Amino acid sequence: MTQNIFRSIFRRYIVITPILLVLIVAQMEEYSQLTTSGTFGAAIRLAIPIMLAGLGGLYSEKTGVVNIGLEGMMIMGTWFGAWGGFTFGAWQGVFIGMLGGALFGLIHAIATVSFQVDHIVSGVAINILAAGVARFLNVIAFEDIAFASSTASPRITGDIGKLTVPYLAGGNINGEETSNFFGYIEDLNIFLVSDFAGLVLGFLSNISHLTIFALAIVPLSVLVLWNTPIGLQMRSVGEYPTGSESLGVNVYLMKYIGVTISGALSGLAGAYLVIAGTGIYLEGQTGGRGFIGLASMLFGNYKPFGILMGSGLFGFADALQLRSPKAVHGLLVIIAIFLFVLALKTLFEKKYIPSLISLVLSSGFLIWFLNSESIPNQFVYFTPHITTLIVLSFSNQRIKLPEKIGVPYKKGELS
Amino acid sequence: MNLAINTKNISKSYPGVLANSNVSVQIKKSSIHAIVGENGAGKSTLMKILYGMTKPDQGEIEVFDQPANMSSPKEAINLGIGMVHQHFMLAKNLTVLENIILGIDKPSIKNLGLKKYKKLIEEVMSTYSLDIDLDMFVEDLSVGEKQRVEIIKVLFRGAKILILDEPTAVLVPQEVNELFKNLNNLKQNGVTIIFISHKLDEVLEIADDISVMRTGELIDSVKNENVSKTELAEMMIGKSLPTPPPRSTETKQNKILDIKSITSESVDGRKFFTDVSFSVFESEILGIAGVEGNGQKEVVESIIGIQNIESGEIFFNGENINNKTTRQRLESGISFIPEDRQLQAMIMDMNLTNNVIIGRQNIEKYKSNLATVKIKNAIKESENVISLFDVKTPNTNTLATALSGGNQQKFVVGRELEDNPSLLIASQPTRGIDIGAQSLIWEKLRQSRDNGLAVLLISADLEELIGLSDRIIVFYQGSTVKELSSDDVSPEDLGGYMTGLKK
Amino acid sequence: MKLSLRIASFSAPIIALAISFGLSSLILLFIGKDPIETFQIMFEYGIKGKSIVSIINRSIPLYISAIAVAVGFKMGLFNIGVEGQYLVGSIVAAFIGSQFSIITPLHILFIILIAVACSAMWAAIAGYLKVKKGIHEVISTIMLNYIGTGLISYSLTNVFDEKGSEYELPRTPELPDTGQMPALNNLFGLEDLQDLHGFLFVAIIVGIFYYWLVWKTTLGFDLRITGSNPIAAKFSGINPNRLIVVAMVTSGGFAGLVGLGPLLGYFHRFTIDFPTGLGFAGIAVALLGRNHPFGMGVGALLFAFLERSSQILDLNDVPKEIERMLQAFILLIVVVFYEVIRRFIVKQQIKDASKKVET
Repeated sequence: MTQNIFRSIFRRYIVITPILLVLIVAQMEEYSQLTTSGTFGAAIRLAIPIMLAGLGGLYSEKTGVVNIGLEGMMIMGTWFGAWGGFTFGAWQGVFIGMLGGALFGLIHAIATVSFQVDHIVSGVAINILAAGVARFLNVIAFEDIAFASSTASPRITGDIGKLTVPYLAGGNINGEETSNFFGYIEDLNIFLVSDFAGLVLGFLSNISHLTIFALAIVPLSVLVLWNTPIGLQMRSVGEYPTGSESLGVNVYLMKYIGVTISGALSGLAGAYLVIAGTGIYLEGQTGGRGFIGLASMLFGNYKPFGILMGSGLFGFADALQLRSPKAVHGLLVIIAIFLFVLALKTLFEKKYIPSLISLVLSSGFLIWFLNSESIPNQFVYFTPHITTLIVLSFSNQRIKLPEKIGVPYKKGELS
Repeated sequence: MNLAINTKNISKSYPGVLANSNVSVQIKKSSIHAIVGENGAGKSTLMKILYGMTKPDQGEIEVFDQPANMSSPKEAINLGIGMVHQHFMLAKNLTVLENIILGIDKPSIKNLGLKKYKKLIEEVMSTYSLDIDLDMFVEDLSVGEKQRVEIIKVLFRGAKILILDEPTAVLVPQEVNELFKNLNNLKQNGVTIIFISHKLDEVLEIADDISVMRTGELIDSVKNENVSKTELAEMMIGKSLPTPPPRSTETKQNKILDIKSITSESVDGRKFFTDVSFSVFESEILGIAGVEGNGQKEVVESIIGIQNIESGEIFFNGENINNKTTRQRLESGISFIPEDRQLQAMIMDMNLTNNVIIGRQNIEKYKSNLATVKIKNAIKESENVISLFDVKTPNTNTLATALSGGNQQKFVVGRELEDNPSLLIASQPTRGIDIGAQSLIWEKLRQSRDNGLAVLLISADLEELIGLSDRIIVFYQGSTVKELSSDDVSPEDLGGYMTGLKK
Repeated sequence: MKLSLRIASFSAPIIALAISFGLSSLILLFIGKDPIETFQIMFEYGIKGKSIVSIINRSIPLYISAIAVAVGFKMGLFNIGVEGQYLVGSIVAAFIGSQFSIITPLHILFIILIAVACSAMWAAIAGYLKVKKGIHEVISTIMLNYIGTGLISYSLTNVFDEKGSEYELPRTPELPDTGQMPALNNLFGLEDLQDLHGFLFVAIIVGIFYYWLVWKTTLGFDLRITGSNPIAAKFSGINPNRLIVVAMVTSGGFAGLVGLGPLLGYFHRFTIDFPTGLGFAGIAVALLGRNHPFGMGVGALLFAFLERSSQILDLNDVPKEIERMLQAFILLIVVVFYEVIRRFIVKQQIKDASKKVET
């Protein structure tokens, strides 16, 4: 019995311990940035592009097409978003960014579905193509425009608009400021309660309309994929296209739709980076977030809300590196304790060597933590990427992949 | 006359093959009509034409007395023709309900209406007395249940004519009885059934009318009452069906493979098999019977070292091989014919010369001191296999994918036997191949056994299993539940043990 | 294979080139430039003596990078991390190589070994993550690229920086003369041109070695069958996990050589200007050359030619970025046509086989 309880705790240690640790460390004055509304707000802003890319991956992979090209489609989103935003305005930019991504999704679909090119090969080619196209377009489109260079666009025009909920987060009604309930609680500094208030405030305060739009796609995806005929058909072609075709499902069409939506969502992810973020297109701006999106899709086990959770995690890591290198330093002790717990867990399972390795690493991080004031910013720069590797290493290995993922399907090959 | 389907002089040819030649067949309403013939006789082509998957080159089809000109399965479905494929067309990560309603609605954005459909499907199920839990994932169903889902699927689409392609090939005898009961129910309710098979006993049990095909032609259509099994067999192949050849030597006392209470479980603690023990002797064929998924596949894989075992020991020629790698085991004289030749035994986009090396990359014959591949020896060996096992191929430079299934399988069997192994593990060695290749493989297995080879035979074809084996052990839920001598066992007996009905 | 099929298999890259130039021409027309004139300028500039040396120098690391990628591709392993791997190897080799001096051949050999070892170890992480943690190599190598970049920029400033240098930006100390690879100009009578990197020889040897490894050895056979059918490979006694690590380490080892052409032949130190992007370009070249040592050689030369010859375009008021588009088009179209042609050839073989069996 006791053993069972231990087991179930250990099984969830990957989720429980870090949350607990972050909460505890956040109580220290030095690291209080870890759980402020500001950090959570930034985490959401940074999580959205990853989430959108992850959802993009979901639509594509559910129809059986591996999409490594998310990154490239996202690049298209950033450039077309910036161009549309500069030329026509913010919302138009969002739409044009989505179109740009969708166009590249369509190219991926043509290569993988109609020509049965290896999905990863095509994805890699898409990424290279996107980088080249974005650079070229940027050069010719903004040739004579001030503040643009070959690797950066001018600033977008217009504003997407922000929302702060009145009463709960202190938003305005008729131009008058209202009370800020969660802000009040956050300032009380009560253990757990204030941290939670910070989290809620992050969602309610100063939130871009584009963020709301993006978040709405999560439940929408559940509805579309699991509760409509088209969603059922899309999922079926990723599982068993031969069977789907025998029931009159247009397999190619479903795959085309899935991959094109995937491109549009990645495009939206890119446009979000520009329009709700930097305000301009910068070369290399996506920084591997398309791939992190894929990771969040795996972490979320091909479920929209799982993807939301996963991207939230990555967004949080990203937010820390941007807002407070100091707080990242606090992460060191968290990692040290986490590894220590891991060492205990493996010891409990009688795996001595992994346990020893965890213990050594744990002490290493602890020593590093104690002997330094902050983490060099070059290390801070790759926090999201190393988080990705760590999270994937420890997350659930029993992912339910679509059965025929990555397998080229040729029409009319009914046995 | 009340005809469900009436074809007139249908012909269809593929490059180099006349698959159907002037086939005219009349299928009565509310009857069970069997179409029999060996592999390659043209049954599948006829079936594809009736289901709209291919168009005939010439000839006419009438469905319920109306001329029909189908060019897709969708049109066939609209005319009331449904088909249950031999390989189930089901997505295993979707529920039964989702599988059944897939494709009924246009791909649109509206509510899927699961509740509504559930009610409608339950009505259909009660009309035809079929039963299944609609909310289960297909993955968790047994083979018989999956087949039932397929039948419900086509009935729900309003099928009045049901084409069943080799429906019993994957079932154990008890499931076959269940199926036949269901089919008779359907017939009572006005459904016409086209039953494609090459198992004559079953055909005689279930069918009202029987049509026999051979080399693309319809030999004859007869009433069940007017024909005997021998007559059918003669019509089907012009001579009697091949049976496994008799053995000519006694089994020796020398234990080649000795397995001592091995147990294996998956990462999440599910048991693959528990406490399994058996031995295979020199000059013996030991048959393993079992419904798919009862641990026999994992046991075999643990013998060649692909599956891990938690406890127990495996002895080969008296030596414990627990800690040997797959490669060491294969090179020490264990040969393996996996159940899926295209997926597990051959590299389809490589030529036969390369394919003969597979599984033996590191033996001296193929590996030089410089760690390079001795391609000349491989050419010689592949030529050898091709001539000894009658593999029909232009030359050794042909890609494996260009060969027919029977020739691929003969090549694999030849490759595995040509190396003088002391143990051969043969998994489904004659599945889905033509009669000629089947009898050649039987003969070669028998010959090798008579010459001292120990053979572990896994087969879903119970006739083959009983005919070839000296002894048979039965797997049920990951354990060996029974050992039988093949001399006094019937397929029905075996089926009883395989499904746990008999103990 | 029959001669006609061999010819067919060569047609894919030619078709792809033609279509890509066609598409690029359309784009040029669209932005109001004359495509024929543009390509003519590029061609004329590209075949100048100076350009040719530059093209060969550029193609050396491209070619080796393609080989590094191809080793993985051959077994169906996508090492997208050559980029990070060669940079990690280059910086460590550049630093250690600058700390001592022995006779040239030994010194260079030593630098090569360090670079190969470091890159191989960096690549091994991805192999480990795939085997032990089930993380797909595409994701892990990409993440490792970013991590590697961060580590490099940190260590360049804090660990490997030249002590007491007046140079403002961080850089490793210069390699002593013994650690610099002599140029080949004397051999070919090119004294009046810029240095032709001596690493060309290494690249040729690497190409031959790669061919021997993949097509002649048992290890190569294992790689190829795992690439075609991993399940059958496993049943044939190959330990897939071991092979993944071996392939990843081998691929990383080749990657270690990528940065050495520029390092030993021109830069002689690791600076923040050290060429990047060679790893990604290598993927393109490997896809274009279909993992074949000769094909990749041609591909590397082609891409190097396009890169070099496009430099002249800015002077003629055409954005030189058209070259990037051109490369990307070639890549995407060629992978499509390779697939089309592959299917065509298999179909022909099946037809031939069934014909011969009948007679």
